[in-house]
Amino acid sequence: MKILVTAKRVPDPEQKVKIKGDAVDLAGANFVVNPFDEYAVETALRLTEKGSGGERSGEVVVLSIGPKDASQQVRSCLAMGADRGILVAGDDTALDSEQVARIVTAVVQKEKPTLVLMGKQTVDGDANQVPQLVAGYLGLPQACFACDVELASDQASVTVGREVDGGTEFKKLPLPAVVSVDLRIVMPNAVRNAQGGATYGDGPRYASLKGIMAAKKKTIEELDAAALGVSLTPAVKTVGVEAPPERKAGIKVESVDQLIEKLRTEAKVL
Amino acid sequence: MGNILIVAEQKAGALRSASLNAISFARKLRETRGAGDLIGLVIGQNVSGAASELAGYGLTKVISVDHASLGGYMAETYAPVVAQVAKAQGADLVCGTSTSMGKDLLPRVAALLGAGMASEVSGVLGPKSFRRPMLAGNVVAKVEVTTAMAVVSVRQTEWAPAAASGSSCAVETADAGAVSTLGAQVVKLEAVTSARPDLTDAKVVVSGGRGMKAAENFKHLEAIADLLGGAVGATRAACDAGLVPNDLQVGQTGKVVAPNLYVAVAISGAIQHLAGMKGSKVIVAINKDPEAPIFQVADYGLVAKWEDVLPELTEKLKAVKASQ
Ligand SMILES: Cc1cc2nc3c(=O)[nH]c(=O)nc-3n(C[C@H](O)[C@H](O)[C@H](O)COP(=O)(O)OP(=O)(O)OC[C@H]3O[C@@H](n4cnc5c(N)ncnc54)[C@H](O)[C@@H]3O)c2cc1C
Repeated sequence: MKILVTAKRVPDPEQKVKIKGDAVDLAGANFVVNPFDEYAVETALRLTEKGSGGERSGEVVVLSIGPKDASQQVRSCLAMGADRGILVAGDDTALDSEQVARIVTAVVQKEKPTLVLMGKQTVDGDANQVPQLVAGYLGLPQACFACDVELASDQASVTVGREVDGGTEFKKLPLPAVVSVDLRIVMPNAVRNAQGGATYGDGPRYASLKGIMAAKKKTIEELDAAALGVSLTPAVKTVGVEAPPERKAGIKVESVDQLIEKLRTEAKVL
Repeated sequence: MGNILIVAEQKAGALRSASLNAISFARKLRETRGAGDLIGLVIGQNVSGAASELAGYGLTKVISVDHASLGGYMAETYAPVVAQVAKAQGADLVCGTSTSMGKDLLPRVAALLGAGMASEVSGVLGPKSFRRPMLAGNVVAKVEVTTAMAVVSVRQTEWAPAAASGSSCAVETADAGAVSTLGAQVVKLEAVTSARPDLTDAKVVVSGGRGMKAAENFKHLEAIADLLGGAVGATRAACDAGLVPNDLQVGQTGKVVAPNLYVAVAISGAIQHLAGMKGSKVIVAINKDPEAPIFQVADYGLVAKWEDVLPELTEKLKAVKASQ
């Protein structure tokens, strides 16, 4: 079992967003692994773990596209337990979903993983497209917004519970396939493989000191789009950004009576 | 300029109301372009009802693709049908709503068409230029699709549902072609049923956060929602704590809602939550912490512990409703 996981760096979502001229101001931004991608790494680790001893069977390869600095985020995925990394050089602030998907597709063709796991969206672009595009380019089956994944004992298929309007749909996919994960995938029992036994806490694991030391020795292969045979012309150009319309500051009311009064006479919503 | 193809959704043979928001977008785009036909598409099994319903919304024509193997939605089987119809109909733009189906399907269609895609579109700037939110709604990007074909998913809350036109256009059928599931199979659906309106359609949403502390405390919010004919929502923290099911999550990664009235109780107002409700017309916040960021977006803020004010609020709303 070989799992390819994508992991983009994103500006820390806790930091205030600044706009400068026609672009988002990233000067001084602190970068983190896109949370959904971190969940995808956690999912991959759980799928390849034998019991709770942390013993692994299978390989987890982390792919990121970005500048040299992005190797830090790849390294932090390796510290969680992933086996090796690939960093494809690119300007992560300028690439569009289609270019990213073309690069991921080329890496999939090169690495031939059993499963491609991705976060369902990046929290900077919020586009929610790359997994579907990759599946489409490769003609592979897809399951997006996974909150539950079970790997069959013969490792030939996965059954994915995915969040849809009105509930959870369970979809069985022959492997290779593309799966994008949602938040609930890091609940304690959301990911299961036939090797069994492991118990998990809530959320993605923290890197242990041992993991951080081990990560220093793991390899990160550096590639570029041209070497992968991908030519980069944007399909969607960002021509500018603006601040969303401000909500005008509201008021504080003193009592339930005053609240009801305001809702009736001023806001007229009761 | 080519034509505009609108991918509509149906459920059990009836048109899904979310599709009407995409029609509004398409009408606006047609106006901006000044040319091109509006073509609706319905895919499924036994969809003639949905197709004739769709024909009542001022489109040029409706295409229906009806096939036994298209009964249940799957991206693998639907995307090739959409791509094929788009080409056959001379469309250079395919659009739909950002529902869970739209989000799953439309990028795959873009892949098959070699098209650039803009998702969660909130505004039209030109024939192929759009506004879309990013960074949890803290920034609005202006984007331009440069490929010959474009695909767009529209953010439901930013487009009013289209009104019926009072007349009807022609409905044509098209062939499904060879349908392949690529080996994928939907094995079951665990549906969440609720007597309350859908979060995304509700005119009133009453949401609770982690500060509600226990699942049974949500009954106070349910009582208010029921009095006002609304839906119940929650923060991710409340869902993760197991207070309520996950499909009630409102936010960047949950549902985006824009009701007339949003009541946020014991919710701090993290950006990821605000991203899903900032478009509400009137926002009420009840929080014991006067510094909670939710007060910065609330029209009416009440600094109080919910334990102290919700019973009173419920009783007084009952009185208001009884007097109407
Ligand atoms: C990738 C990612 C995606 C996310 N997506 C979403 C999303 O879609 N939706 C979402 O909501 N969150 C999302 N989050 C989480 C988000 O960042 C916040 O953690 C979450 O919204 C906080 O929820 P909360 O307000 O219920 O909890 P808290 O932040 O813990 O706030 C609880 C509030 O309750 C108040 N309170 C406590 N007791 C009382 C009382 N007795 N009476 C009155 N008030 C009281 C407190 O003053 C406090 O303000 C996401 C996070 C990440 C990393």
